[in-house]
Amino acid sequence: MSQMPQLSACPSCEEPLESGDRFCGACGYDLSAVPPRPDDSPTLTMNGAGAGQAAPPAGWPGAGGADPGGSGALPAVHPPADPPGTNAGSAPLPPQGTDSGGFPVPPQGTDSGSFPTPPPGTDMSGSPLPPPGTDMSGSPLPPAPAHPATGVRFDRRPEPEEYPLQAPDPRVAADLAAQPDPATVCVACRAGRVDHDGYCENCGHAQPRERDHMEQESGPVAAVSDRGLRHHRNEDAFGIGRTALPDGSCALVAIVCDGVSSATRPDDASLAASRAASESLLTALPLGTHPQQAMHDAIVAASNAVNALAQEPATAREHQPHQNAPACTLVGAVVTPDLLVVGWVGDSRVYWVPVDRGAPAARLTEDDSWAAQMVAAGLMNEAEAYADERAHAITGWLGADAYELEPHTASFKPDRPGAVVVCTDGLWNYAEAAEEMAGVLPPDAALRPLHGARVLVGHALDGGGHDNVTVAVLPFPAPPQGAGSA
Amino acid sequence: MANFSKSNVPQFSVDVYQNEYLPEGGREVNAIVTVTATGGGTIGSAVTAPHLYSPGQGPSAAVAIMVDCSGSMDYPPTKMRNARDATAAAIDILRDGVHFAVIGGTHVAKEVYPGGGRLAVADATTRDQAKQALRKLSAGGGTAIGTWLRLADRLLSSADVAIRHGILLTDGRNEHESPQDLKRTLDECAGRFTCDARGVGTDWEVKEVTGIASALLGTADIVADPAGLAADFTQLMETAMGKEVADVALRLWTPVDTTIKFVKQVAPTVEDLTTRRTEAGPRAGDYPTGSWGDESRDYHVCVEVPAANIGQEMLAARVSLVIPQPDGTAQNLGAQGLVRAVWTDDMAASTSINPQVAHYTGQAELAQVIQQGLDLRKSGDIDGATAKLGRAVQLAGASGNADTAKLLAKVVDVVDAATGTVRLKAKVAEADEMTLETRSTKTVRVKK
Repeated sequence: MSQMPQLSACPSCEEPLESGDRFCGACGYDLSAVPPRPDDSPTLTMNGAGAGQAAPPAGWPGAGGADPGGSGALPAVHPPADPPGTNAGSAPLPPQGTDSGGFPVPPQGTDSGSFPTPPPGTDMSGSPLPPPGTDMSGSPLPPAPAHPATGVRFDRRPEPEEYPLQAPDPRVAADLAAQPDPATVCVACRAGRVDHDGYCENCGHAQPRERDHMEQESGPVAAVSDRGLRHHRNEDAFGIGRTALPDGSCALVAIVCDGVSSATRPDDASLAASRAASESLLTALPLGTHPQQAMHDAIVAASNAVNALAQEPATAREHQPHQNAPACTLVGAVVTPDLLVVGWVGDSRVYWVPVDRGAPAARLTEDDSWAAQMVAAGLMNEAEAYADERAHAITGWLGADAYELEPHTASFKPDRPGAVVVCTDGLWNYAEAAEEMAGVLPPDAALRPLHGARVLVGHALDGGGHDNVTVAVLPFPAPPQGAGSA
Repeated sequence: MANFSKSNVPQFSVDVYQNEYLPEGGREVNAIVTVTATGGGTIGSAVTAPHLYSPGQGPSAAVAIMVDCSGSMDYPPTKMRNARDATAAAIDILRDGVHFAVIGGTHVAKEVYPGGGRLAVADATTRDQAKQALRKLSAGGGTAIGTWLRLADRLLSSADVAIRHGILLTDGRNEHESPQDLKRTLDECAGRFTCDARGVGTDWEVKEVTGIASALLGTADIVADPAGLAADFTQLMETAMGKEVADVALRLWTPVDTTIKFVKQVAPTVEDLTTRRTEAGPRAGDYPTGSWGDESRDYHVCVEVPAANIGQEMLAARVSLVIPQPDGTAQNLGAQGLVRAVWTDDMAASTSINPQVAHYTGQAELAQVIQQGLDLRKSGDIDGATAKLGRAVQLAGASGNADTAKLLAKVVDVVDAATGTVRLKAKVAEADEMTLETRSTKTVRVKK
């Protein structure tokens, strides 16, 4: 559920817009690429490491584009080469008042926004700090102004707002936005033109796809998904959103799905499931459905959506003799001012990390996996079970070939504020225990969920990125309506 | 030059069967490309090929029938009579409007009908005249097949038609011409017309006949009993009349730093096309496939790509079908298939072999070991021949190639097909051995 900035007119040609427009009706300007408003951060290039001890960027696919997501940083104070989200929007600062952070983040958290160039110390320790009283006013709330960053593509050209001097000719800017990638040149060999089917005419290499890296922020909830370093495509998907309960209070929704690689079209399955589930929740919650019931219904809706895929003919790409039903896992969370509801099928998880790190963090889901069943049945202890090669075989999933759908849901009433981490095993394989997850999650994650999600994805990539990684971060309690999008 | 109307061009489709997953460091990509042509100007459904055109329909075509008239055709005399009858039967199949000629071949080539360096246009009258002319055919003289083919080429090229096809019948060795001369003639004729070749009796050379068919993109077979000629010629002509488009090439695009290890037709017969490549623009090459009716053929493409990192994906080859034009351009027949390479650390994915690739790898090996086994047998290497033919029995059994298995059983005593344990038969009918050798390249398709 992407939410567009509420623009009244196209930034390119001034044509009035309807709410919900994704492209300008007059000039075709891609409105999802509209940069944040002036009081927000500039979009910063991602390939630059900070000054000082910065290591060269890791082999990031398609690095070098812009990150329209931005974060609550002030322009001007950072060299444009800084990674996005490097500075401390309005978050509490670490004691020494600097913003430098080693990565991975030690428990009391610095604020390194090294994603996605995560070598330790890549962030901006060497850059001058902003003068006090500018962006570091330190007001803990409300959270940093949030703006959507749907479908971020790294191969997108810098957005117009990045031009330091004057606005470019709007026509040129529109062209840039309308054809976001320099699609004519291959990212691998930089010599060949890219063919209409996405391969280089010269070296044949596949070009980065839209789903390779996705980020989205919707008010106080954000999610990041990445292909990882070892898989050839991203089979994860997510859906996030915010809505109002009948009493006017705010409810936040996040759904994360992990396509089952051994099934056919796992990427389609995860996308269908995440869309169906989040739409179901965002429809049901305003009608007053109890969040736990709504979550149950959402899982059923997602299951139906995935089952429906099994009837569709395979795409040409997946032309394989051994077809089986598309399948995926699902995990979701709903946060209201007083309730935290989780639901899941499969081995994707929800973690609870209190803002006060003195309090224990916890995992809120029980995997539908071989290892978890062995432990639950008392046949093995956790160490033995997870050491077994069958440990990660899942015993529950969404898909037409699932034995029977068993949606698990649970409700919690946390007694203190915290952050809810909804993730696939691509992340939790690198931070399995709740304490580890708490150790990696930045302390201001509840206030800056996009940044928190990026840091977690960066952690998984640092660990090897063996699987697709998808993380959604939600604050608990849900902030009052409107607070998130000041 | 091809001059067909659009409606006669069949619809081509391309399907690719492969395991695109490679392990880290993996470089070899194998794929089976199934090309299917349907529709075109044929009548009725595309399911049963070949079709007969009703009078006046179908693409323009010219056919030359080359009948061996060497002295040996009189031993026994039924051979010449059967050849005459078979040619007459084939002429009956000619649809109205098709250009045709009958050539009598000895150490020189003679025009039997219509003569004068022309082609006749088929109708009731010319068909009748041609059959009358056949009566004049008599045996006597030597054999120089190259001269027959050159005359056929001259006659066929005199007509402006879409399809040019020859049917060649011989009963003896090409004794009155050097193999180099025949080779040169085949090189000259390749791409100008297609030709089916048949050996009648058992006194001809298998490699000569299969070589002609291979060079001219036609079929080869043995007709051991001359009495079977008429049926065979009838079927050949029906197939020829079902052709709708000529000079189709398989175009293969590959990225830089990629090596094409081989391109083989693997169904309905094994035919290595690797060396027949014609460059067609940057990183692309054309492989000739001849003329097509409503039919389906399989090709095995094997390319070596530069190694890439886990998680990378690339296009290893793009397969399309074109009709190259004399001016260097090409008419694209629309269909294309992608052969991909995806590097993964999932061993289960990267180590599995695509069933189609495995099947045709086995079929190609089957053809090869039969050839090798028969060659070894002729040269007296009994152990070597036993090993090769044993392997052939094993492959034929495992892949369900029952026809070839039957032919093998006439040459070897099968002790155990599963392990490939065989004994060479002490006495083998020459016809059986030649049949096996001629048909060794016939394949079966994967059981679906």
